[in-house]
Amino acid sequence: MLKLAPSLTLLLLIGPVAAGLAGTILPAFGYFPALGGDRLSLSAFASLLATPGLWTSARLSLTVGLGATAGALAITVFFAAAAEGTPFFRRMRRLLSPLLSIPHAAAAFGLAFLVAPSGWIFRAVSPWATGFGQPPDLLIVHDPSGLAMMFGLMAKEVPFLFLMILAALPQTESTRSRRLAVSFGYRPVTAWLKVVLPRLYPQIRLPVFAVLTYATSVVDVALILGPTTPAPLAVRLTHWMNDPDLSLRFVASAGAIFQLGLSAAAILCWLALERVIIIAGRTWTVSGRRTHADQFAAMVAKSAMTIAALALALGLVVVALWSVAGSWRFPDALPASLTLKTWLRHLPDAATAVGTTVFIGLPVALVATGLALACLEGESRKVTVVSPRMLALLYLPLLVPQVAFLFGLQVLLLWVGLEDTPGAVAAAHLTFVIPYVFLALTEAWRSVDPRYGDVATALGARPDRVFWRVRLPMALRPVMTALALGFAVSVAQYLPTFLVGGGRVETVTTEAVALASGGDRRLVGVFAVLQMTLPFFGFLIAGAVTSLAFRSRRDLKISH
Amino acid sequence: MKIAIAAALTLLTASVPALSGEVDPSNWPAVLEKARGETVYFHAWGGEPRINAYIDWAGEVVKDRYGVTLTQVKVDDTANVVSRIIAEKAAGKTEGGSVDLVWINGENFAALKRASLLANEGWAGELPNWKLVDVAGKPSVVNDFTEPTEGLESPWGMAQLVFSYDTARLATPPKTLEALAEYLETHPGRFAYPQPPNFHGSTFLKQVLVSAIDDPAKLSHPVDDATFAADVAPVFAYLDRLHPNLWRQGRAFPQNAGDLRQMLSDGEVDIAFSFNPAGATAAIEAGELPDTVRTFVLDGGTIGNTHFVAIPFNANARAGALVVANFLLSAEAQARKQDPKVWGDPTVLNVDALPEADKERFAAIDLGIATLRPQELGPVISEPHASWMTRLEEEWIARYAAP
Repeated sequence: MLKLAPSLTLLLLIGPVAAGLAGTILPAFGYFPALGGDRLSLSAFASLLATPGLWTSARLSLTVGLGATAGALAITVFFAAAAEGTPFFRRMRRLLSPLLSIPHAAAAFGLAFLVAPSGWIFRAVSPWATGFGQPPDLLIVHDPSGLAMMFGLMAKEVPFLFLMILAALPQTESTRSRRLAVSFGYRPVTAWLKVVLPRLYPQIRLPVFAVLTYATSVVDVALILGPTTPAPLAVRLTHWMNDPDLSLRFVASAGAIFQLGLSAAAILCWLALERVIIIAGRTWTVSGRRTHADQFAAMVAKSAMTIAALALALGLVVVALWSVAGSWRFPDALPASLTLKTWLRHLPDAATAVGTTVFIGLPVALVATGLALACLEGESRKVTVVSPRMLALLYLPLLVPQVAFLFGLQVLLLWVGLEDTPGAVAAAHLTFVIPYVFLALTEAWRSVDPRYGDVATALGARPDRVFWRVRLPMALRPVMTALALGFAVSVAQYLPTFLVGGGRVETVTTEAVALASGGDRRLVGVFAVLQMTLPFFGFLIAGAVTSLAFRSRRDLKISH
Repeated sequence: MKIAIAAALTLLTASVPALSGEVDPSNWPAVLEKARGETVYFHAWGGEPRINAYIDWAGEVVKDRYGVTLTQVKVDDTANVVSRIIAEKAAGKTEGGSVDLVWINGENFAALKRASLLANEGWAGELPNWKLVDVAGKPSVVNDFTEPTEGLESPWGMAQLVFSYDTARLATPPKTLEALAEYLETHPGRFAYPQPPNFHGSTFLKQVLVSAIDDPAKLSHPVDDATFAADVAPVFAYLDRLHPNLWRQGRAFPQNAGDLRQMLSDGEVDIAFSFNPAGATAAIEAGELPDTVRTFVLDGGTIGNTHFVAIPFNANARAGALVVANFLLSAEAQARKQDPKVWGDPTVLNVDALPEADKERFAAIDLGIATLRPQELGPVISEPHASWMTRLEEEWIARYAAP
């Protein structure tokens, strides 16, 4: 049984991606019999290249993606260097973990409500400080160079990369290494960068690539914060895919292949950047310089981290506030009245959507965690190996832009008659949930000392009993976290839910995006709050279960 | 490319089977019989809670009276539904399709009609309530953006472009496009239109087109490639003049009518517009706009059209869809829809020809403070042929949105 787990996992991951890609590549080269494309041609690519503004869109995707990823990585790395081991670091860890579970769309709404000229910041300082009686005509959100989108993505990816770094830090022996370097006279930040970072980076490289792919191909955040004249590539090809002019379907498929190349190009740029930094870094590391404006760097890193976390958190507050706002005119800092009217009016819809979301998310999280445990337990029993190569393959669904394979997948599901069902949506979610669950679980599972299992075996316990009585309880905290994370990832899925569910499977996320087209901030607020609270409750319950299970096991309680 | 597609569509047409005779709208008792117990999946734009609530109400009534379950599938863009029907066609799903009824008009309808992806011709004209429809007074109920409906879709409501402004900030609104441009020269940044190809943004372009083109008769025919550039030159001359004074100097645009309404509410712009003459009143009642907002139309008239419901070729609950379409045409449903407290969408019926009791339903509606009376709405200008919109959008994108 356990032997099959890794193959089954890979099949669930690679199957949909490969099939979906095939369903995209064929129309891109002119083959789509239902639309009369029955011979291969390059005309779709010719039309694509003739599209006005294509290269501007491509350049935007590339610069926003690279900028957001580099920014988020720099903030988290320097912050870890500056603050690891301090109480501030632990506080930030507690603040950022729940922020990780906010879906991208909700975070983007929050940021837009915060920084736009009619947003909360301007309301808070007007008219007394600015003199504005009406919102200033400033181009902040949707700026043509994509800065708002870049900073939004940066803020949203900071918690993810931070948690990835947290997960990787124990294997770098960061505390001891740094202490040693400091004893040689290095200042703390310089010491961390010179002795910890080179061992840390290889472990977070795949998550960084996932962020990069995501940021170069994101649709929902780009719609909310990104430029529109023209929009980044992924947004435009989603429009083509949905255009009533059927001939654009071929162009959209060609565009999806172009997007695939673009995301690959972004990774190549990143690899080149890595080489430059590695070469420069080597010289720098052995140069022997003990300090590099350590205090200044620490201050900047801590401020940047605080601003990112604060922007996300305040965005959530303003979204929640809008959901209960009565009349709220510019430049009032707060709504004139608070009301539950919006909530009450949409309670029935909301309850149905929440039900569907949980009904899909829970089994998906359970199956993904079960698969991950089966693979890892197989490894512990030495019947299978979870090789680094397999772990790299797990990232495939995160490294291939979603738009590149989801349309193909939709056609495929129609063929086998599985469209529109919560089951099909759940299967599509599984593809995106499994990688995160593995990510959350693998290192934690391996860090459980295998000698406990050996002792239990020596005392006569069968392998199953060792798993249920020793290994699983010892890893209960990461297992519950993985479950909650899996649920959170499922809640946040927009494109897979919409395309595979055909609009009939309504989750809080598809409802939120559909309602956003009506432009009613209060309503967007209601669904964004639901989008945020569902994953949050997941983590809350996971924590409660762990605490309950550990109430009489003092040494398993979290130490900080 | 275009030729290949045209050929493909011809092939498609040939391969679509005619609707089987099991559901014949001319035999209405049999339709009602068949519909009982069916579930109709109604794909309708879901961005407006008031409309969703109205559809819920219609669902309760048809459930009670005809045993038909109506489920709204909320879509953010009807084009997605078109995609879906195509994907089903691609997968060879010629029956048991996921869409039973779709809220549609304009180029989406034209695309489905061209590809023969709609249920058989003429069903709309055989609905019992069709005789109430004001075909003579509202020609757009059978000509959807100049595309003859041929009974492939049933009219649901009327729309007309109306502008709104806040009397607290602006005393007399500009009543011509020329006056609008002059107003913006002295008040830069105080107007915006949603970004084409958004439906409302494209409508603004068409409003400019109908007032700027040398010969409006050209608009009822497809675009003539030879004269297109000259035909639309005045449109872009006007926009070139307007854009530097638009909100954000025309470097960013609201994404939809909802955005634009929010901007009027926030005081980011002085003038907004919508396609629903009662929209401003409804928004005031919902607390989304201040009660100082009023509406106006341009001298010489504004663009108007009809929106419809259609049944795809592979609909699963055809009888149920017919029953729902017929109910939506009833005086009861149409009058309720016209009430701004409910939705405020103007009727497609000829109210004067209705029985007294039904006339009463319409007379009793309080249109509210910000809704123009029917006689104040001015002339309705027909939509140009759908090809104008497509070409205008392409040209607009190339000029302003894709440098």
